[in-house]
Amino acid sequence: MRRRDVLRLSGAGLLLAACGVEGRGKSVDEGEFWTGKSRNGRLRWANWPGYMQDDRATIKAFEADSGIGVTYREVIQEMGPWFGKIQAPLAAGQSIGFDLMVMTNGIHLERCRRLGYLAPLDHGRLKNFAAHAGPGYKDPSYDPGNEFTVPYQAGITGIAYNTKYVDEEITSISQLFDPRYKGRVGMMSDSQELGNFGMFLLGIDPEKSTRADWERAAGKLREQRDSGIVRKYYEQNYVDAVSKGDVWLTMAWSGDVYSLTSPDVRFVVPEEGGTIWTDNLCVPVTAENPVDALALMDWLYVPEHNAPLTEFVNYITPVPAVRDIIARHAAQATGEEKEDLARLSESPLVFPSEGDMARLRHYRRFSQEEATEYQKIFQAIVRGA
Amino acid sequence: MILFGFNDVQGKQNFRWEGFTLEWYARLFDRSDLTRALVNSLAIAFASTAVTTVLGTFAGLALARYRFRGRRAADLLLFMAIACPELVMGASLLSMFVTFGVPRGAPTILVAHVMFSIAFVTVTVRARAVGLDPAVGEAARDLGAGPWMRFRLVTLPMIRPGVVAGALLAFVLSVDDFVVTSFTGGATVTFPLWVYGSTRTGTPPQVNVMGTLIFAVGVLIAVGSARRTFRGRDAAGTGTGSGRAEPQADGTGKGTHEETDGHRRGR
Amino acid sequence: MVLPAGLWLLAFLVIPLSFMVSLSLQTGNLVDGFRQTLHWQNYADGLSTYGETFARSLWYGLLATVLCILLAYPAAYWIAFRAGRRKTMYLFLILLPYFVSFVLRTVAWRQVLSDNGPLLGPLRDHGPLPAGFHVLDTGFAVVAGLTYNFLPFMILPIYVALQRIDPRTVEAARDLYAGRAQAFGRVVLPLSLPGVFAGVIMTFVPASADFVNAEVLGGPGDTMIGNVIRAEYFESGAYPVASALSFTLTAILLVAIFVYARTLGTRGVLEAAR
Repeated sequence: MRRRDVLRLSGAGLLLAACGVEGRGKSVDEGEFWTGKSRNGRLRWANWPGYMQDDRATIKAFEADSGIGVTYREVIQEMGPWFGKIQAPLAAGQSIGFDLMVMTNGIHLERCRRLGYLAPLDHGRLKNFAAHAGPGYKDPSYDPGNEFTVPYQAGITGIAYNTKYVDEEITSISQLFDPRYKGRVGMMSDSQELGNFGMFLLGIDPEKSTRADWERAAGKLREQRDSGIVRKYYEQNYVDAVSKGDVWLTMAWSGDVYSLTSPDVRFVVPEEGGTIWTDNLCVPVTAENPVDALALMDWLYVPEHNAPLTEFVNYITPVPAVRDIIARHAAQATGEEKEDLARLSESPLVFPSEGDMARLRHYRRFSQEEATEYQKIFQAIVRGA
Repeated sequence: MILFGFNDVQGKQNFRWEGFTLEWYARLFDRSDLTRALVNSLAIAFASTAVTTVLGTFAGLALARYRFRGRRAADLLLFMAIACPELVMGASLLSMFVTFGVPRGAPTILVAHVMFSIAFVTVTVRARAVGLDPAVGEAARDLGAGPWMRFRLVTLPMIRPGVVAGALLAFVLSVDDFVVTSFTGGATVTFPLWVYGSTRTGTPPQVNVMGTLIFAVGVLIAVGSARRTFRGRDAAGTGTGSGRAEPQADGTGKGTHEETDGHRRGR
Repeated sequence: MVLPAGLWLLAFLVIPLSFMVSLSLQTGNLVDGFRQTLHWQNYADGLSTYGETFARSLWYGLLATVLCILLAYPAAYWIAFRAGRRKTMYLFLILLPYFVSFVLRTVAWRQVLSDNGPLLGPLRDHGPLPAGFHVLDTGFAVVAGLTYNFLPFMILPIYVALQRIDPRTVEAARDLYAGRAQAFGRVVLPLSLPGVFAGVIMTFVPASADFVNAEVLGGPGDTMIGNVIRAEYFESGAYPVASALSFTLTAILLVAIFVYARTLGTRGVLEAAR
């Protein structure tokens, strides 16, 4: 390779070297956003796979009720990549091709809020949300006053363990640090999930944690890793590993364990605490059909509309009245379906007990600087540094 | 994978054997999103393979045969295309599309797939074309063959294995790509994207079934093309040449020809 | 003839990449935006923080490449010289698994390598393996996964190069009293080197930059640079750092291949060309 060739290739680059990457979008005023907007009879909805019945029954019912035609796409795989994909068009004020999307509370949702990428919701059009959302799902700490989001489904991060290999009862996070399970413990690679468990171990509420707390928690987690207790940091596929016995106990999400239907694998909310996370419906600020999006949000909060969805998804619904409806469905059903529905309506994983709920904490919210620091501290553990 | 396509799963996670069923074959297209994703993947892969093979073949031939200005730059370009991490390719393409206001969808995925496959086809074709005797082409010219005829009748048969191999690579690269597609796809979902996303809530058995069917169809095509080749050989008589530089000789060229044609048609 | 391909790469690789080159020298964060400050420190920081990870990536890439050659050469040789007229069919069959999504393939690997899976379960229960022994979530599994996933990129070019060899040259060598090994070493191997060279580039380079295998099959100590780039980009939103790491990787690979070509590749290529 000669120098001239390099120069020739990099010439084009220097031309563009002047451009920076846009940061903050303009913050949008609620009243301003909704003036002059009306129903268009169309809605494009981006969701995760597995969050809607195979036959799209709930969408069909909504279409029939509202006359709004829905284009439903299962395009969201993970929060990081999804944010990476929508960031550039939203910063440029362009449509992302969707009017409604489902985002997990956490660092990326917080970024979207701060960057002005989300439309402020008009609660005048969300009457059913006001009437039927459970108290734990209104005014959440990650989105005060539900300014930008309403919950779609929620889940708990706790511990799953395989009773074929673990012969004691698992009740505490400290057992994830027990040397007798050397090479048999799974942790999550997500820095918020991982950090939270480190802090729970030390008796710190992650939501109120400080930088010094993060360092202490990271120290514990590093110890756990270096003494060979951690077999792997999982992004998703720990369910497979714990049910086969590759790991014996692992951090886990409630819905995954519920849908496993394995008698050997048990899920617990640790006594030190667990986290509840929420997947939220929100409207990108460049949405073309925002009013139709609000109509869907509100429609989903009618218990009768929500119940069939919960019967399929098996995560926690933000509409508590759904439980009675599922119990009623169970009473009417027969055979296998009856059993399934009964199990669902009684499951502490889908309808957590008061005691469990009391032990649950939310993710902490971060400023930009805090997020960077926090991630630096905990990602280093996952990456072996 | 094949086995679990027959698994009679009750819940959503499919990795514990729960009994044999054909249910998932009957309900193969129940998940409209998954079906659409598979169709997208295949359509894009075929289109990308076609474009890439043409572009890459010419580039590979030229690089193997001629000395010209910018050859080193071309080499560097190809190397960059292989060496650049997919994520950077995807992210940079996305920012370019956004800057120029290009809507993302199947066309942008196609453009991206062609981009990262070209280098692989070029390198493969070049490995074949390097050192082929230029005298054959000259002889054809002396015999009055025009450029197109020379390419079709002389050059192409000589490099055909390289082209076929390159096309196969291009197809595999496209049909399996995840990272670049997720950046450039907009609202369009392909098979790998869908499957990856579904791991969070449980990959449905239909995915295994589709994998199995892709596999089975492939085997059928391969076997079918092999049988056709056998018939071709019986008709043409047996030859011993390997296809080097004697394209229209002794039935070998013909055999190879039919072989590739057969499997193209089948797919 | 190079022009259409060249233009395509120029438009959809070089021009967009130049955005990233520019980005790799910027400072800032997502919320306040990034500004061009010609911050070369991004490169220095990346290299010093992740030196070990870079080294591990190259080492895994190298191991996988060598394994690929060892596996691919005999396979390609057999198809080219022994498979008769069903060559394309065999090639196609070898490639078939790669038509199915990598997610399914790696999941299948997890099934096979699982501690209580069909391979290790019986070996541990009735055989020589100690109780804690595992393959999954180790560097070994990562290298095995890389080898498996990049195998076609080695088989195809070697096959293409071997296919070009006229069996009569081998016969001629035998007639001149070359032994089987000699005929192979003096005739077949040199003639196939351009294929090996192409295969090495197409395997080593993407294998070193891979992140999927380390993610799915590796354990805590097996992170590759691809995983770091991915996390910096998606999780931290540190676009400049991720870009700088990517170009550092590209540059390292460029130098590695250049050295490789100088020491043995080019000579082989040139000699085989005659």
